[in-house]
Amino acid sequence: MSRLLIKHARVVDPSQRLDEGLDILVADGKIARLGERIEDRDAQVLDAAGLVAAPGFIDMHAHLREPGFEHKETIASGAAAAVAGGFTAVCCMANTQPVNDCAPVTEYIRARAEAAGLARVHPIGAVSKGLAGEELAELGEMVRSGAVAFSDDGKPVRNSYLMRRALEYAQLFDVPVIDHCEDADLAARGVMHEGAVSTRLGLRAIPSAAEDVMVARDIVLAELTRGRVHIAHLSTKGAMEMVGAAKARGLAVTCEVTPHHLALSDQAVADSDFDTATKVNPPLRSAEHVEALIQGVMDGLVDCLATDHAPHHADEKAQEYDVAPFGMVGLETAVPVTYDLLVLRRKLPLRLWIQLWSTNPARLLKLPGGTLKPGSPADITLLHLDKTAVVSPDRFRSLSRNTPFGGKRLRGWPAATIVGGRIAWQRERR
Amino acid sequence: MSVKPAVRLRGKDLVGIDPLTPAEIQLILDTAEQMRAIAERPIKKVPALRGKTVVNLFFEASTRTRFSFEVAEKRLSADSLNFAASTSAVTKGETLIDTALNLEAMQPDFIVIRHQSPGVPHQLAKILRSAVVNAGDGAHEHPTQALLDALTIRSRRGTLEGQVVAIIGDLQHSRVLRSNVLLLSRMGATVRVAGPPSLIPVGIEALGCEVHHRIEDCIAGADVVMMLRIQLERQGRMNFPTAREFYDFYALTPERLKLAKKDALVMHPGPMNRGVEIDSRVADGPQSVILEQVTNGVAVRMAVLYLLAGGSGEPTAD
Repeated sequence: MSRLLIKHARVVDPSQRLDEGLDILVADGKIARLGERIEDRDAQVLDAAGLVAAPGFIDMHAHLREPGFEHKETIASGAAAAVAGGFTAVCCMANTQPVNDCAPVTEYIRARAEAAGLARVHPIGAVSKGLAGEELAELGEMVRSGAVAFSDDGKPVRNSYLMRRALEYAQLFDVPVIDHCEDADLAARGVMHEGAVSTRLGLRAIPSAAEDVMVARDIVLAELTRGRVHIAHLSTKGAMEMVGAAKARGLAVTCEVTPHHLALSDQAVADSDFDTATKVNPPLRSAEHVEALIQGVMDGLVDCLATDHAPHHADEKAQEYDVAPFGMVGLETAVPVTYDLLVLRRKLPLRLWIQLWSTNPARLLKLPGGTLKPGSPADITLLHLDKTAVVSPDRFRSLSRNTPFGGKRLRGWPAATIVGGRIAWQRERR
Repeated sequence: MSVKPAVRLRGKDLVGIDPLTPAEIQLILDTAEQMRAIAERPIKKVPALRGKTVVNLFFEASTRTRFSFEVAEKRLSADSLNFAASTSAVTKGETLIDTALNLEAMQPDFIVIRHQSPGVPHQLAKILRSAVVNAGDGAHEHPTQALLDALTIRSRRGTLEGQVVAIIGDLQHSRVLRSNVLLLSRMGATVRVAGPPSLIPVGIEALGCEVHHRIEDCIAGADVVMMLRIQLERQGRMNFPTAREFYDFYALTPERLKLAKKDALVMHPGPMNRGVEIDSRVADGPQSVILEQVTNGVAVRMAVLYLLAGGSGEPTAD
């Protein structure tokens, strides 16, 4: 089989505590060797001078919309967006139509991803049948078909008894239950964060307490069951404090934070004059919460970064602010948004940023990759960290354009994405 | 007042009080005073907007505001088109944007819009060539209401500066509240608000007001007492027990009005819930300027349309 030789890269691999100038030889889809000045006459050579080579980035939270909502995104377009954003693997949530709550749907997703042949796609199965929050879905069957975790994401698991049983039963497979933490009564059909900005704009609002109440419940249930709970798109100061305390007590509680909750505040709703691209759930929070999230990342309380890539058709977003659907795309902006903010401005060590996008999600979900150790799958993200560019939504591979980052000038972009030893995407040189 | 009026409005639209400077507010109020004089003439019409077309796009029920705009348009000789969502293609599923673009294709000069969703005037102003006038967007803003309230206070008291204005009622759902707090605080008045603590939105004080729980504390020594309508149609949740209990704790009664200044003005944007937030003896009493507010509404809307059309100075000039 073909060989690929990546020359002159700065290899940063947190799994081996590695940060040095090395060549990487890839053979048969696996990392064959790392070393100084490797020569191989038969290999295709990729000159990576000036680039960082990292373990393939993994987005553990995306909505690929297929089956059922192919006008927003397909598995093929979502996988294309993933590799163009520097991601070698993406985990897709179960809120499709039909819901991914049984093995045939899980298998269908895997087959579509296989046919697309771009990023690896790992399905996340529903916790409850039809996301109805009433009966447990066939978790074991879905694991056999390739599901890597369970979540009713888009909705919280409202019923605490069901959540308890899910946290217990999932231990049979040692996979986490990922919860979208929102108390629907407290959220009261709100459309943005509750605070001075929502008051000024007169929009129905979601208090941070709607998230905190559910995170508190989940932590209590994690203690009761000794199960693994993962808090999706954590967005509040209170939730961050509770997760920190739970970790200190040794509970199996983990969390992810999205690029948009770190980079934007509720002020974006006012500044954009009600642009529906700023409407997302959980909502963009106030500056106080944003700062607590950044601090949580710096302090190591955040396990992973994840996009919550949620594509919507332009027609669906071109509605009244309180009518338009929640969500924003993220796969093609996540790398520069988080690099520019966390590494460049807030001085997070590069190694830790890479860990949040690769090593940690791989470990959490037991995915192949997350390391460049010889013998592991050759999933590699090449980064051009000195590159500055403007976000151009009209050039996205995603079928949708619902981003609040259009026109933003950012530094630190993916240069190439290698999946299983194959160059799945490479930035055109201009 | 110390603020010198602006020569003209900067924006193409009037989407709210928030974007206005004190000088622009002053200009609108001064122009409205001139407009009010037109209504006292035997022929209540000037040719200022002859040949201009105004679409009144009302997605939400309205009596006062819709008629007030229509009268204002007619007095300025504009041609008015009235749209009501209930008899339009909106009932066939036509979107807001398509509705607005189709009406704009008929080349109006103004679109006056009322909509239940906050921000709709702002969203439309970004894509329409016509001047957009906000006639109320959800719980966000109702700029012409605040302007007519300010005109009423200014006419009666001579100035807005230093006036103590108490606003009481359902603060959570009120666009009248938001626009009034922004305008009055910007013009140097002291604004106090009160309502059931369960109907006070988070951080309302940042708009420029003092917050009280009890009506008595709010109206003590006030120059103006403005009652807001309890929006019974928006409740049905768990915000306060009953209209009866609301009357007990918050209604403006003759006894409570005595706590304000002796000659305090009583205001209400309408429609009133008599016997809920306001006692009829007060609503119809000598201190009430509630109907004067309605009269001033026409003058303010004439001023806004006239100024947005590029007018300045004497409105009778063709």
